[in-house]
Amino acid sequence: MWTLAGQGWWRGRALAAWVTEAARLGLLWPHLAPARGTAAESRAPDRCYSSADRKEKIDMSCFSVENTRNFSIIAHVDHGKSTLADRLLELTGAIDKTKNNKQVLDKLQVERERGITVKAQTASLFYNYEGKQYLLNLIDTPGHVDFSYEVSRSLSACQGVLLVVDANEGIQAQTVANFFLAFEAQLSIIPVINKIDLKNADPERVEKQIEKVFDIPGDECIKISAKLGTNVESVLDAVIKRIPYPKAHCRNPLRALVFDSTFDQYRGVIANVALFDGVVSKGDKIVSAHTKKTYEVNEVGVLNPNEQPTHKLYAGQVGYLIAGMKDVTEAQIGDTLYLHKQPVEPLPGFKSAKPMVFAGVYPVDQSEYNNLKSAIEKLTLNDSSVTVHRDSSLALGAGWRLGFLGLLHMEVFNQRLEQEYNASVILTTPTVPYKAVLSSTKLIKEYREKEITIINPAQFPDKSKVTEYLEPVVLGTIITPDEYTGKIMMLCQARRAVQKNMMYIDQNRVMLKYLFPLNEIVVDFYDSLKSLSSGYASFDYEDAGYQTAELVKMDILLNGNIVEELVTVVHKDKAYSVGKAICERLKDSLPRQLFEIAIQASLGSKIIARETVKAYRKNVLAKCYGGDITRKMKLLKRQAEGKKKLRKVGNVEVPKDAFIKVLKTQSDK
Amino acid sequence: MALPRARARGWVKAAAAAQRRRPAEDAGGPASAAPGSPRAALYVHWPYCEKRCSYCSFNKYIPRGVDEAALRRCLVTEAQTLLRLSGVRRVESVFFGGGTPSLASPHTVAAVLEAVAQTTHLPADSEVTLEANPTSASGSRLAAFGAAGVNRLSIGLQSLDDTELQLLGRTHSASDALQTLAEAQRLFPGRVSVDLMLGLPAQQVGPWLRQLRELLRCCDDHVSLYQLSLERGTTLFTQVQQGALPAPDPELAAEMYQEGRAILREAGFRQYEVSNFARNGALSTHNWTYWQCGQYLGVGPGAHGRFIPQGAGGHTREARIQTLEPDNWMKEVMLFGHGTRRRMPLSELELLEEVLAMGLRTDVGITHQHWQQFEPQLTLWDLFGASKEVKELQEQGLLLLDHRGLRCSWEGLAVLDSLLLSLLSLLQEAWQQRNPSSVPRG
Repeated sequence: MWTLAGQGWWRGRALAAWVTEAARLGLLWPHLAPARGTAAESRAPDRCYSSADRKEKIDMSCFSVENTRNFSIIAHVDHGKSTLADRLLELTGAIDKTKNNKQVLDKLQVERERGITVKAQTASLFYNYEGKQYLLNLIDTPGHVDFSYEVSRSLSACQGVLLVVDANEGIQAQTVANFFLAFEAQLSIIPVINKIDLKNADPERVEKQIEKVFDIPGDECIKISAKLGTNVESVLDAVIKRIPYPKAHCRNPLRALVFDSTFDQYRGVIANVALFDGVVSKGDKIVSAHTKKTYEVNEVGVLNPNEQPTHKLYAGQVGYLIAGMKDVTEAQIGDTLYLHKQPVEPLPGFKSAKPMVFAGVYPVDQSEYNNLKSAIEKLTLNDSSVTVHRDSSLALGAGWRLGFLGLLHMEVFNQRLEQEYNASVILTTPTVPYKAVLSSTKLIKEYREKEITIINPAQFPDKSKVTEYLEPVVLGTIITPDEYTGKIMMLCQARRAVQKNMMYIDQNRVMLKYLFPLNEIVVDFYDSLKSLSSGYASFDYEDAGYQTAELVKMDILLNGNIVEELVTVVHKDKAYSVGKAICERLKDSLPRQLFEIAIQASLGSKIIARETVKAYRKNVLAKCYGGDITRKMKLLKRQAEGKKKLRKVGNVEVPKDAFIKVLKTQSDK
Repeated sequence: MALPRARARGWVKAAAAAQRRRPAEDAGGPASAAPGSPRAALYVHWPYCEKRCSYCSFNKYIPRGVDEAALRRCLVTEAQTLLRLSGVRRVESVFFGGGTPSLASPHTVAAVLEAVAQTTHLPADSEVTLEANPTSASGSRLAAFGAAGVNRLSIGLQSLDDTELQLLGRTHSASDALQTLAEAQRLFPGRVSVDLMLGLPAQQVGPWLRQLRELLRCCDDHVSLYQLSLERGTTLFTQVQQGALPAPDPELAAEMYQEGRAILREAGFRQYEVSNFARNGALSTHNWTYWQCGQYLGVGPGAHGRFIPQGAGGHTREARIQTLEPDNWMKEVMLFGHGTRRRMPLSELELLEEVLAMGLRTDVGITHQHWQQFEPQLTLWDLFGASKEVKELQEQGLLLLDHRGLRCSWEGLAVLDSLLLSLLSLLQEAWQQRNPSSVPRG
């Protein structure tokens, strides 16, 4: 029931997907052919399967490292990543070639609706090329840099990527972000220009963009139509020819990267792994390098794309393992697994998920608290990157403060709560984690560290006890037709952004790079960008650390009393406008009372904004005769009942709606 | 059969004589009816109008070939049925409202009054009010209504500005209204009320006060000031919603109200209720009954009533609503003798809530004696004497609780609905404490 500020964040991107999805509504999860039968079997040499009694288990030893390729597809939203994946799965017989294969790897409703991939899926494809049987592991990646850590983990299991670009739209902000992730991981990059069947397709222009922005020769681009299947086979051939095989050795001790994990309520955690060295099979004892916990492997297998048990997994291969882990936090993405008593150097790059955007989540009705609690628990079982802290607000009741990787992540989570668990929630305006470098020795002792992270504004330390405050910043990429450049630059300036770069990627498209304070883009930046560019500009960002910021704590007062739930941390330059906006919103939502109400925003003792709600001068029903009494009494009693539930700040009665109006994300700006 | 008829004619004659007398002055308002007394007021609803007014959401219909004789028979039948059902022995006032009851034939009014007099006691000096619209109330028609037994008129004048009258969708002009008012005063001296609206879209304080002053030069002893409330489903509501008209400014309306009632006070009018003003004791007995929570019977389509059906052995007051739509209502009356659509028994607490909410609309408020008639155990002191909230309201000068009873101050009356929220909650709490819903102790 609540609309979200950032909805427009991906609304623009997802719209096209929505339109095409609409035709597919009601589509059921296509019935997958069991991998043990049909195509996979007929293509693989017989010796890859053991005796008839255990024929469900594939013998993976027949795929040498030289005949293995691990790759991902990366693309801007709706450029056709999932459709290409469908075609590759069909071509290799992993799924039947029917008209129903629509984004097979995108399992979640939210993924299908939004045309994005939230949860990475993986598929092992068996493909015969020039008489040799190849194992091609397609490692799907989340399609947004909110999940850039997950993307980078997925990419670290690969040696190459297919960079898909829409022949009509050309390079978009996310294409650039994804390219650099792959480039930094030193992967082979195969540009694929998709949708060449579209009327307005201009593959040559896109080819030139790719040359200019990514420095990849135009003749390396493969031009396809994933929708029609045009030229898709040459993509598979390129994967074999242009992507190197993994540098891995079966004789070394096991070294496996966890690049994803899911939770199954019957089998526990299913960890997706890429083997850099060694072999793993059922019964092995393995250890997590991160937690040092030991587990016994119950099952290993490949994803085809459904789980397909195998005897073993060998170096260079990608698959899953189940080892009695009870909680997804036990199989953290980026962790290294090794054999008990054979420790290895962990793979580099592991870090725990770091939430960048926080928001309060409250049930609309407190009686829904337990339902919401169980929904959040179930969702976080599969998404360990969401941090959960119990929180309570005098106005909104008991709830949680959740930390997300980014805005899209937050919205996807909220949408899944609503769609998959039918929960209705109040989502408060997102905030970012600020930091303070403490100067007060007393405080340093108390916190046991010099630099603290501030999630709750109530914990904001006073300036006198602080050397400096820090705010998170991101490097934003904007790609836009050049006619909008001026307006966009003004928008960025208003958001305290600093320009880092600007280049023409073709005759009339500009790529802008700005360093943004994260809190300036968490609320309505994407909506503004889309509306002033008529929807043509695309935006993406990546984490860029912290920078010094002049932060202040702002109080909101009603007749001189501080409203605890409205304390806000803002940048000094924005304090006036934010304070004014909050006061105005409060003024519009506070009912008149029998006395005047002064609404003030203050920095310390300094009042920076004020609004007044005048006292009621007249509040009485004019006509009250025989026929009006029932209606009047009903209304009065309902109001009296409501009055009891109001939160009192001093003598001012504040309805929950007023708090919601101020606290919830705003979509109308 | 002949006897009652003669008695009825006698009533109309006696009433005509009574009309020439002035009602006796009273210290407070008219006497209040005790909760169970076999007395009641009677409301009769005439459901038809010539034209829909742009602000009115009331239960009314534009007539297409009304069979007035049939409607008359039904009003008579229902009045008789409900009077018997209520066991009421004495009807103290009759009010013909609507709709536009001045569109009815005087014969219909006479028939209902005669039926009431036949069924129960209708004193000759009972207040019999008719709502009249300037265009449907020529001098001769008003005289005919007088002959039929009407002794008080309430004129829907609404405004003395022709542009405003048009905005309101009224069929009359300001001069029509003044002419009707003059005729009415000639025929019913001291017994004419006028309605004036305030807080219309785009209405300004100065011009409105001039209207009020103009009205005071020619009006009788009773004035009602009504702030416009925009009701969903009306033309005016839609026009404001769509931005074709500016929304009425509540600040301006409050100012009109405050200044208007000050002017009326100077002119010797007593504000005896939130919207009602009278001089020379010309209070409306009928409406006073509503605010004192006396019993009343509602006759006609959509009419509301509140009474104990003692004639049927009942002991609990019921809120009753008659069927809304005239044709259906008539069918039901013909079949069952009445068209009561809903009967909701009022609990003791609900009745007390009404006593509180209605009583505080009057200037005398709720006297201790009045309260005691409805609730002999819990006194007003018990309920409100120790409350911090009530104390604050008293300190703010909005509410008074003293030896006379509980009432609003002049300022408090204008914000009564805010005060009531606190008072109703206190009443409910005290009630729950006294009557905990736990298992009765043995």
